[in-house]
Amino acid sequence: MEKVGRFGVHGGQYIPETLMHAIHELEQAYEHYKNDPEFQAELTELFNEYANRPSRLYFAKKMTEDLGGAKIYLKREDLNHTGAHKVNNVLGQALLAKKMGKTRLIAETGAGQHGVATATAAALFGMECVVFMGEEDTKRQALNVYRMKLLGASVVPVMTGTRTLKDAVSEAMREWTTRVDDTHYCLGSVMGPHPFPTIVRDFQAVISKETKQQMLEKEGRLPDVVMACVGGGSNAIGSFYHFIEDKSVQLIGCEAAGRGIDTFETAATVSTGKLGIFHGMKSYFCQDEFGQIAPVYSISAGLDYPGVGPEHAYLHDIGRASYVPVTDDEAVEAFEYLSRTEGIIPAIESSHAIAHAMKIAPKMDKDKIIVVTVSGRGDKDCAAIARYRGEDIHE
Amino acid sequence: MSKIASAFANGKAFIPFITCGDPDVETTLHAVVEAVQNGADLIELGIPFSDPTAEGPVIQGANIRALAGGITTDKVFDLVRKIRREVSIPLVFMTYANVVFSYGAERFIGTCKEIGIDGLIIPDIPYEEKDEFEPICEKYDVDLISMVAPTSEERVTMIAKEAKGFIYIVSSMGVTGMRSSIATGLSDVVSRIREVTDVPCAIGFGISTPEQAAEMAKAADGVIVGSAIVKILEEKGTQAPESIGSFVKSMKDAIR
Repeated sequence: MEKVGRFGVHGGQYIPETLMHAIHELEQAYEHYKNDPEFQAELTELFNEYANRPSRLYFAKKMTEDLGGAKIYLKREDLNHTGAHKVNNVLGQALLAKKMGKTRLIAETGAGQHGVATATAAALFGMECVVFMGEEDTKRQALNVYRMKLLGASVVPVMTGTRTLKDAVSEAMREWTTRVDDTHYCLGSVMGPHPFPTIVRDFQAVISKETKQQMLEKEGRLPDVVMACVGGGSNAIGSFYHFIEDKSVQLIGCEAAGRGIDTFETAATVSTGKLGIFHGMKSYFCQDEFGQIAPVYSISAGLDYPGVGPEHAYLHDIGRASYVPVTDDEAVEAFEYLSRTEGIIPAIESSHAIAHAMKIAPKMDKDKIIVVTVSGRGDKDCAAIARYRGEDIHE
Repeated sequence: MSKIASAFANGKAFIPFITCGDPDVETTLHAVVEAVQNGADLIELGIPFSDPTAEGPVIQGANIRALAGGITTDKVFDLVRKIRREVSIPLVFMTYANVVFSYGAERFIGTCKEIGIDGLIIPDIPYEEKDEFEPICEKYDVDLISMVAPTSEERVTMIAKEAKGFIYIVSSMGVTGMRSSIATGLSDVVSRIREVTDVPCAIGFGISTPEQAAEMAKAADGVIVGSAIVKILEEKGTQAPESIGSFVKSMKDAIR
């Protein structure tokens, strides 16, 4: 049998029979609309007029001078409407769902950014919206819960398991099996069963498409390094995609190491996980010796996921991209550093990529160029980081 | 001929589901023996998984209790060895793909054969992915059970043609758990299956009362009951086996 949706051994469609019909329906609709000029024109219009694309490729002059090595450019996904890259995928999927005649969007969310983006698209398209969010995360990101409600969505706190992102994904999948007729599951990352990893990647690939063009305009050449943070890996795959064939461009994904990859309190999947099958895909997962999914940890609710998208697992296998762990401490330092140095408050997720840039830029020649994707803005994280630093601030 | 066929030889089959190690392995052993003495024709033994995405709250709870009690795949195998000393009816495992995959499919399925497990139900292995495990299942003569859902439609024929052991018909959309009403149209699904295979059909998801069981048994060769039994374990813990026995008797009597 021909295997669809594979990235090497990774990917696939490991889902209950109850969802196969809906998944095939989505697959067929996407095959049709991805080549439909009208669909693409509508999506571009939404990207440009509604989401504020193209996002800026900003030369971080002060940071570059301070670190004293490679030139650093920041791809400013934080300037998108709703404050993160998540909107790229959500506008694409919501438009697709509307074309398919769906009237209801469901989504999982970790930090709340994908939930907010989905609630936003649902408001724009006049669709019903239900967001599943781990109860633990509803506490960490209370303001985003309010935002989703303000946008007309209902938020369901998930009380099972570790009450974080993986449990929210499980619960959204359960909800989808209950109601597939009118409902589209707007999955937030390049994960889950085929065709989600491909659909989400294609919608996020606008990041690298723009970066490439902007870099050629500004520098007349390709960058030497492109890096982004990786949870499921949607902003990273979007940042990498149009550079995958350009072998001179080094691709680096920055995983959340939490308190360190030698501790159990980590979410660095490529560094600490092993091959497995979960949430509809074959990929790397943090798990115990009997295949029980591990309770992962990161200061960042958006990277707090025990798996990684199948295309990243494949890029890792073939050595095309490398994946590095970044700890909570390093990410928090980067969060503060970028705020102070460039006047840009990055999301704690994106701060993982900033942290790695701070490590490698000083060791590189001044004629080298690094692009770091700032996947989201950090306003949502200020209270949590203040508490991490011992201040008694609550939202 | 699959050993599983013998479960469908005593009128309509009654198939209880029990999560291994909920709340401990001794209770599982007693519950299985009680169920068999009271008319169960085949037992579906659940191997707990941390994130059972096809389960409703009741069976999720059983998974959590069993894992908290320290159950592991190896301990489940030991439990089955003990069960096999007392029970001769067909036994199948219900678990998730990662439990089998992480153990090593060959090692897992080979052990199934060795300890007397006759089939495997893996809800996150649909038709499209079954060659992940099926060639190994064939090698060890363990049936990989196929599932059919209300939305399977034209997929029913494709799935049924290659089905082994029995076909698990999912009664209605959603996850496992008790329901007050179950979708109709199941006899159409069974007719489609009958056009291409004689493999027996059992209906599961949402069946909790003798009345529902009797109704479902009209359409198929057997009924599968999970959450209603797990609920007894949730409420009575180690004292549950006797109640499970009388519940199984009432269900088997209703479908005879």
